Amino acid sequence: MTDFRRLCSTALAAAMLLTGGAASAADKVKIGFVSTLSGPSSALGVDIRDGFQLAVKLNGGKLGGLPAEVLVSDDQFKPDVARQLFERYVKRDKVDFMTGVVFSNIMLAALPEALDNKVIYISPNAAPSSMAGKDCNPLFFAVSWPNDAYHEAAGAFANQRELKNAYLLAPNYQAGKDSLAGFKRMFKGQIVGENYTKLGQLDYAAELAEIRAAKPQALYIFLPGGMGINFIKQFVGAGLGKDMTLLLPGFSADQDVINPVGPAMAGLFNTAHWSPDFANAANRKFVAEFEKEYKRVPTLYASQGYDAAQLINAAVRDVKGKLDDPDAVRKALRAARFESVRGPFKFNNNQYPIQNYFVRTVGSDGKGGLINKSFNEPILKDHGDAYAQACPMTK
Amino acid sequence: MTDVLFIEQALNGLQFGLMLFLLAAGLTIVFGVMDMINLAHGSLYMVGAFLAAWLTALSGSFWIGVAGAVLLTALFGMALEVTLLRTLYARDHLSQVLATFALILILNDGVKMVFGTDLPLSAPAALDGPVPLPLGLVYPAWRLLIIGVGLALALLLWVLVQKTRVGALVRAGASNREMSSAMGVDVARLFTLVFGLGAALCAVAGSLLGPLLAVQVGMGENILILAFVVIVIGGIGSIRGALIGSLLVGAVDTLGRTLLQHGLREALPPQWASAAGPALASIAVYVLMAGVLVWRPQGLFPVR
Repeated sequence: MTDFRRLCSTALAAAMLLTGGAASAADKVKIGFVSTLSGPSSALGVDIRDGFQLAVKLNGGKLGGLPAEVLVSDDQFKPDVARQLFERYVKRDKVDFMTGVVFSNIMLAALPEALDNKVIYISPNAAPSSMAGKDCNPLFFAVSWPNDAYHEAAGAFANQRELKNAYLLAPNYQAGKDSLAGFKRMFKGQIVGENYTKLGQLDYAAELAEIRAAKPQALYIFLPGGMGINFIKQFVGAGLGKDMTLLLPGFSADQDVINPVGPAMAGLFNTAHWSPDFANAANRKFVAEFEKEYKRVPTLYASQGYDAAQLINAAVRDVKGKLDDPDAVRKALRAARFESVRGPFKFNNNQYPIQNYFVRTVGSDGKGGLINKSFNEPILKDHGDAYAQACPMTK
Repeated sequence: MTDVLFIEQALNGLQFGLMLFLLAAGLTIVFGVMDMINLAHGSLYMVGAFLAAWLTALSGSFWIGVAGAVLLTALFGMALEVTLLRTLYARDHLSQVLATFALILILNDGVKMVFGTDLPLSAPAALDGPVPLPLGLVYPAWRLLIIGVGLALALLLWVLVQKTRVGALVRAGASNREMSSAMGVDVARLFTLVFGLGAALCAVAGSLLGPLLAVQVGMGENILILAFVVIVIGGIGSIRGALIGSLLVGAVDTLGRTLLQHGLREALPPQWASAAGPALASIAVYVLMAGVLVWRPQGLFPVR
């Protein structure tokens, strides 16, 4: 028995000697996908997963020519659970890439498990400013949009519409203040009021009365999730739509907000890097296949999940499946040679996107429902982020 | 702050208070009469809202939707009481909290499986907009309706609890369960009935708040916390307490978000006011609760 075991280990060592040194093509690509898939906040994670899985399916179950194994887990909206799942995928399952997380706070808690163990993380959504500046990381790629970008685009749109003054509303926490800072960075008019509300607030009657009294030309809100749905319903019910232009970040006017708000959404402006009506070939295919597969209109999040898979697909293809050469894989990811559903896309020096941002307006889909339609010209062209200069990585 | 704005904000406070009352009334009856901490009360509110949205879309009429939702949610609540919650009465509060918390998770994902994560629900077209009031005030019609229904429901519940035989049994059950049982009250049936009533009130709240708030999975948890604050302030088991507590919470919350901000801006340098204002506004309600608890640990209108 011992002889046999020794023989085996010798053979194994010999085999390792043969393969070691030169990089070789892997027989499959393993991806750890951790996202929020249950509970009230799960719709976003489910969309990212469905977009990602659709891309893998359309590639015949392969990414970059290798059979793809996507390990999916639910972080239950808990940072500690996400961290444990990351550890399991990185250390036990030895995945080649990690991806999936929706929320910044969860991602930032779990991320060290991947990055410290030299596993690349492709972010399909969260792209906080903290990872864009001096703390940028060579193993971190954001294939979505920097946190400030939608707000900057909204500020630019208010300028274009020649709106002279604006009222701003956000929850009283860091992301709320950062978002309004993004709007103010671009907006040239006067800020007539700035109101920070309780996180998770239900009723906005008091704020709406203040806004009515302030008579701004533009109203910009950063109220993610249910808060935005509540606010938009109440804004329309209060009849303020006639007196001012309500501007929204794209995620507050996406399909997952349009459905619960209903007809009141019609005509509202919002800013995003993607829209279901983009006419490029990659997007047409994505939207058609997504509707066929899941019987619903894809959201921004679904498009981001789809693009994350396409990015990995391109990188694995370009290194010819040699996943054990980390520098080559990184280089291939940075080159980002894939047809993004959003149109032109490239990475900045901090591995955050440089891309176009569009104004969208909610209109009829011709089937009795509502859908986003984009303006022809981008409001921000080849736009990066304000933090990239502080990042020591070079192009 | 102009007078008109002040009146509008006072109206907002009243409206928000009555909105909370719709939910707190059911919660306080169940808690008071059955001595049962039902965390899943918010889930019944969610079920009511989803049923209303679903039935409204199906029938084309909001009012049919509301009536159907109230009926179905009451039946659902009673079924829940008979099959599951009944076994929890003899247990301590910790077991009740754990079991009903589990129920929140189950109902959240159950609703998601049946209806999806969210449904649209709009007010009927005639009430879906602002109406002019005296003094140049413009106020959303739907919020006026909530004020009206809230007050009517408060009156109705008061009559039911104070003037009817069922109400007498409920009050007896709330003040001493064992004694009322010994006096020949069929407590089991009474509890099922009370729970059904609580669930029906949830459905009224869910369908009336649906046009203002998102009808989505998890909508119950947010508002449940405020409803608990209300009944702790008002005194557990007391309808009158729930009404006064709701109005207090509504007024304090709204004033904290408006008058307090204006006051701070006058009194403090701008950077201090903008930092302190929102922080104080979000804790105002809890400061009120702490104050009431120090002053009257049993709440304002204790039953026992």
